[in-house]
Amino acid sequence: MRLTVLVPGLLRSYTAGAERVELEVAATTGAGAPTLADGLGALDRAFPGLRFRIVDEQGRIRPHIKLFVDGGQARDPAAPLPATATLMIVGALSGG
Amino acid sequence: MATSAKGAAKGSAPRVTLLVATRKGLWTLAGDAARRTWKLSGPHFLGNIVHHARVDPRDGRTLLAAARTGHLGPTIFRSTDRGRTWKESTRPPAFAADSGRTVDHTFWLAPGHPSQPGVWYAGTSPQGLFRSEDGGATWSGVDGFNAHPQRKAWCGGDQDGTPDGPKLHSILIDPRDPAHMYIGMSSGGVFESVDGGGDWHPLNRGVRADFQPDPDPEYGHDPHCVRFSPALPDRLYQQNHCGIYRLDRPATRWTDIGGGMPKSVGPIGFPLALHPRDPDTLWVFPMDGSSVWPRVSPGGKPAVYRSVNGGRTWRRQAAGLPATQAWWTVKRQAMTTDSAAKVGIYFGTTSGEVWASRDEGETWRCLAAHLPHIYAVEVA
Repeated sequence: MRLTVLVPGLLRSYTAGAERVELEVAATTGAGAPTLADGLGALDRAFPGLRFRIVDEQGRIRPHIKLFVDGGQARDPAAPLPATATLMIVGALSGG
Repeated sequence: MATSAKGAAKGSAPRVTLLVATRKGLWTLAGDAARRTWKLSGPHFLGNIVHHARVDPRDGRTLLAAARTGHLGPTIFRSTDRGRTWKESTRPPAFAADSGRTVDHTFWLAPGHPSQPGVWYAGTSPQGLFRSEDGGATWSGVDGFNAHPQRKAWCGGDQDGTPDGPKLHSILIDPRDPAHMYIGMSSGGVFESVDGGGDWHPLNRGVRADFQPDPDPEYGHDPHCVRFSPALPDRLYQQNHCGIYRLDRPATRWTDIGGGMPKSVGPIGFPLALHPRDPDTLWVFPMDGSSVWPRVSPGGKPAVYRSVNGGRTWRRQAAGLPATQAWWTVKRQAMTTDSAAKVGIYFGTTSGEVWASRDEGETWRCLAAHLPHIYAVEVA
């Protein structure tokens, strides 16, 4: 599948400043569709270290990171991705 | 390291640089040879929460900084040119994928033994111990601790402990034997390994734990800062949640040395700094640990207390510090010493000031103000 990732400012140190990156994502398990976890894996291969800043070592999305796939909030890394999709990464933190 | 290699090699007066880690980034303070004029530089990593930054005393050039932001997970930044350029660790400290545990932040950084160049240790929140063998580029868990069958009993749950999360800190490597190590945990207590971290045992007898039903338990204590004397590594001191203690190995029972503190001030605090050559001389920075634990200077009157006899007696050192209405305190990594003939002492405050004494605590002056909340001050 083809994944477009909208990169927030807090992660552009990993993408050489790019606000938008395009990735080809293949499924890593079984014959099903690639999942959000597969998409994040492809993102990390392209920009090493990025995934660990937004997903912890247990595969959970970090508490103040929000992911949106085609405008809907994605909470489950195992959720399948459509043939083309846009992943928006948002840092959601209030307070000082 | 206590002084720059360049200055030491020439036999000239040592020049001290301080690494000031804060809630909003990392700054440096570079002193002249007299430690009279200081230049503030930074920030590095503006907006990052930097819990600790250290120099590698084995090469004098490598710096590590433990950082995260409010949004982003924890990482380690490393420089091999004393902070001119930085790269991120390619594999920061992280628990095993099947452990169910998550590193919230790296809290403590410790260079390894002089005979093991490139080895570093890191302590995390919640309590975890990690090791790097490549100067901080990649990190692996120390399974002898992280997967120890008693770890959960020692530490409690990952949600237990201090307000900012339970922590592993005070990683001490015996300069005579790289396999001999101590760690401190809040909560958990002090633990020792004699096989390079393969196994651990508690070392807490004699230390009060008045927040537990058993006042003298084997573990579960709250050491805030543990250090051993560079001149006499068998002499350990700890500033604990329940007082100040000394231990002279091979003894295993700590001695309470906080009884000589004034009653109006008390023996509670976070940091503890040792003289580089005299094992009987140490400094503490008391805070108000009464009632609801305000965690401010007692009475709003900050002061350092020094002992020159191993903690038998203490003397107040506050000349130059605010005399009243100063409600800050000093965190556990935020007080340190240099190795000059007349030892310099440095501390950073929760209100963003860096204070220094170049006469072993007799007089103090403010080197920098208006910085963010300071978490750590180290000599580089």
